[in-house]
Formats: sequence, C-alpha cells, structure tokens
Amino acid sequence: MKRWIAAAILGLSIAGVAHAAIDTYEFAREADRERFRELTKELRCPKCQNQDIADSNAPIAADLRKEIFRMLGEGKDNQQIIDFMVDRYGDFVRYKPALTAKTALLWFGPAGLLLGGVVVIAVIVRRRRVQQRAENRTELSSEERERLDQLLDKNQE
Amino acid sequence: MKRWLMLLPLAIFLVVAVFLYRGLYLDPAELPSAMIGKPFPEFSLPAVQGDRTLTRADIVGKPALVNVWGTWCISCRVEHPVLNKLAEKGVVIYGINYKDVNADALKWLAEFHNPYQLDIRDDEGTLGLNLGVYGAPETFFIDARGIIRDKFVGVIDEQVWREKLAAKYQALVDEAKP
Repeated sequence: MKRWIAAAILGLSIAGVAHAAIDTYEFAREADRERFRELTKELRCPKCQNQDIADSNAPIAADLRKEIFRMLGEGKDNQQIIDFMVDRYGDFVRYKPALTAKTALLWFGPAGLLLGGVVVIAVIVRRRRVQQRAENRTELSSEERERLDQLLDKNQE
Repeated sequence: MKRWLMLLPLAIFLVVAVFLYRGLYLDPAELPSAMIGKPFPEFSLPAVQGDRTLTRADIVGKPALVNVWGTWCISCRVEHPVLNKLAEKGVVIYGINYKDVNADALKWLAEFHNPYQLDIRDDEGTLGLNLGVYGAPETFFIDARGIIRDKFVGVIDEQVWREKLAAKYQALVDEAKP
C-alpha cells in the first residue's frame, strides 16, 4: 500500500514537469498573458509539426515564443502577429488556416463530402419508396381495368 | 441501379489510393517556403571574422547560395565538404552562422576550410527568423537582385546538387548575364 502511494506521488510530480515548455515571461498586462497563451496555442511549431509552439521544446518554438512576447510588448494586435509568422513560415504555421482559394478544399471538403453522402442516401431512400409503392399498389391500371371488364362481360354472357 | 454506379466505389478507391501512394513519398518535414519570390530580408549583423558589419547590400549583386549552418548541426558537417567543392568550382556561397558560439564557428572554418565569401554571424537567430529558417542546414538561392528564388532544406550532397540544384543555380547565373 505504502509503495502504491509513493508511486502515485512520484507519478503526479512527473506529470507536472512533463506538462509543457515553461518560460518565465513577465507580462505588463494580464490581458497580454491571455493573448500570449492563445497565440502560442494557435501557432504550430515548424520543426516538430504536430505540436503548437506553446507545447514544444524545440529551439525554434522557443524563439517564436520570444518573438510573440516581444511583439505583444510592442502593442501589436493578434492579426499582425499571425501575419508576421505566416509571412515567414507560410500558412502551415496556423492551426486555423486563413480562408483562401488554396485552403478552400480544406475548409469545405468535409462539409462537401457530408452533403454528397446525404444526397446519395436521399436518392436511395426515395427510389426504394417508389419501388415499394409500386409493389403495394392495389389499384388497377387502365389496361388492367379494361381486361377485367372484358372478363366480367364474358362471364355475364 | 445503373451499371456504372456500381463502379463508383472502385473509382473513389482508386483516387484515394493514388493520393495515399503519393503521400508515401512526400517528406512531411519539408515545408513549402513562404519566402520564395520575396526579397532577401534586410539585416545588419557582424561578420564571424573581424569587426566588420554586414548588411543586405553586401550579398546582393550576384546570384548566390545563402547557406544557414551551425557547429551544433551534425548534418552541416556532412554538407561542408560539398560546399567546399562547389566554392572551388566558382559557385558564390554566403554563410549564415545560425545561433552558434562564435569561437566554435571560427574553429570550424579554420579546420574544415571556409567555402563562404562572407560569413554572417546570427547569434540570436534574428535573420534566421526573418528568413523563416526552422532548422539547419537550409540553403536559399538568391538572384542578382537579391530576390529569394528557391530554398533547399537539408543536406546538399553531390547527388542532390547534380540532379536538382545545379540547374537552378545555372538558371540564375544565365539570367544575370546581359
């Protein structure tokens, strides 16, 4: 039991360390700290690909954090900071890429596929319904009625 | 249902398969550079050797390679002899010593020969940042007007140079001729 508790405590302490790259930046305004967090979450590390720059320990991510901190200090707004990064590293660095002709497929592709699926299902369902109606039909067509009349007439004679 | 509709899933599968197959041979670490077609950024940095200050004007005028390297970068060591050979053949190469200790850089250049016509010292990585550098080695191709025309990420070895890059450099040289 004691061993388990010790292990749990050890595990928790490691979890704290492994959480993220931590820099000690002093922000003049509390709002800046929040924006710093937002921006470093939204921008992607060019070197390590599937981490945002808040999370990455790569030197380039540290440089970019420093640069964002500097620009926040200069009073640049979020759009200016993101544009600065995109100018240098391309659309790649944004987890939320801008809507351009190049990225349109990315934005609308999934919705397009979903729509396509819905259309296909609608067509299939309708076709099946029409077929079923034809099978269940109890009314006679005009030719059938004619034939029926003939048969009945014959019987009466 | 119509006969051709039955072939639709096969067609979709083939399209997806082609894309995935192509994806097998793409290197995800290779990013298209956002800098291609843009002018080489302004800078004012010391040289690796001596007290000289280098600026953008110093490297503009001739088509050239601008090679980003550091003594901490292991693959740069592999690339270095190739750059030496290229420099011997008359290819203009400028070096950016990126985020390095200057004493180490001096030692490296003395030991392994210096293929660079100018050595820019970018201790803080500011020029590297403006170039969109995210590792080393990276090599930029600039034309005579100082516009970045191409970028190569990774080690330039003899094969890569022969098959891919020599033609690009030659095109820039030919273009610069009147």
